[in-house]
Amino acid sequence: MLSRQLGAGALRRGASLPAFRQKNALNLSRGLAVRNASTASSSAFESFLNSRLTLVSVSLFTAGSVAWYTHLYGSLPFLAQVHASHASDEGLHPPEYPWDHKGILNTFDHASIRRGYQVYREVCAACHSLDRIAWRNLVGVSHTVDEVKAMAEEVEYQDGPDDEGEMFMRPGKLADYMPNPYANESAARAGNAGSLPPDLSLIIKARHGGADYVYSIITGYVDPPPAGVEIREGMSYNPFFPGGALGMARVLYDGLVDFEDGTPATASQMAKDVVTFLSWAAEPEHDERKKNGIKAVILFSALTLISLYVKRFKWTPLKNRKLIYDPPVDKKH
Amino acid sequence: MAFSTTLYNTFFQRNSVFFSTVFAGAFVFGIGFDTGVTAFYDRWNRGKQWKDIRHKYSETAAEEAE
Repeated sequence: MLSRQLGAGALRRGASLPAFRQKNALNLSRGLAVRNASTASSSAFESFLNSRLTLVSVSLFTAGSVAWYTHLYGSLPFLAQVHASHASDEGLHPPEYPWDHKGILNTFDHASIRRGYQVYREVCAACHSLDRIAWRNLVGVSHTVDEVKAMAEEVEYQDGPDDEGEMFMRPGKLADYMPNPYANESAARAGNAGSLPPDLSLIIKARHGGADYVYSIITGYVDPPPAGVEIREGMSYNPFFPGGALGMARVLYDGLVDFEDGTPATASQMAKDVVTFLSWAAEPEHDERKKNGIKAVILFSALTLISLYVKRFKWTPLKNRKLIYDPPVDKKH
Repeated sequence: MAFSTTLYNTFFQRNSVFFSTVFAGAFVFGIGFDTGVTAFYDRWNRGKQWKDIRHKYSETAAEEAE
């Protein structure tokens, strides 16, 4: 009956507008007290909006978001706050520098690593240890075997015990680690007015900002400190250091070392080289890692494309099939 | 059709041939891919790696290079 009415009214008006047709069908069928599925679903939506469960879960979601934000950022959202400290007390953010090894395809500049080792040895090594780097690690990275052997032999290491149970000193060999400038932590603190010079092996990884931060620290000293900043005797003002007062004084001045390759030894050049060296020390696997990364990206992209193609290929018959209802033939029994 | 027939007869008909083709192909591809990526990587980073500057410091390497 309904279909007959539809055929008379609605279908003629707009076969291409299914929604309109449905609405029209509603009007037509109201008199017949037939409920359409669309009216039923809209009342279901309203009851979902008004339900207690919805109220409770939305409230929980809101409270959870606020709690999460507070946990993440340490303060409630949308509330202005007043701080006793100034933002500069947490250290300036270092600018980004165009390192030779920045970017996913770039290796270290090994000539820079070599110069940086020289700066470390002649300047930084007076106070900073480099515990995790052995002499052998320099071989094939910045120096030849013979050079490294010669450098290691200049350092005396304690070894033993010998046949009589005595410890003895011997010249270093490739397997020895970089010598520590101080016997222990207390000696290091005593020699630096109570401050401990950190070990530099992983310093690039261990500081926010990495290479940019260390470079900024080395080159960022401000002397005398700006008006209103008081620095204790023996400390130096460095805006990049959290708190501003740094136990290490500025050490790099133009012409401090003589580079064998003729590079002008400006303070920024030495800082750049030593930071490159320390970046290598923190990530000796860096060059190989990036090469493997290139291979992995190529292979996995190819495999992804292949699997996408295979999926489409296998699904084509399923996606394109048509199900046709073929009613049983009336047998006129 | 001729191509696919040839392909089938050459590689897929005998499992032993198919199997060795897969392994030999993987071996050759591995070496070729590695060589290709390394060539690109060295080209991109020309002059920066140790092998590019070692001739300046190693006497034997300098002789070999000449």
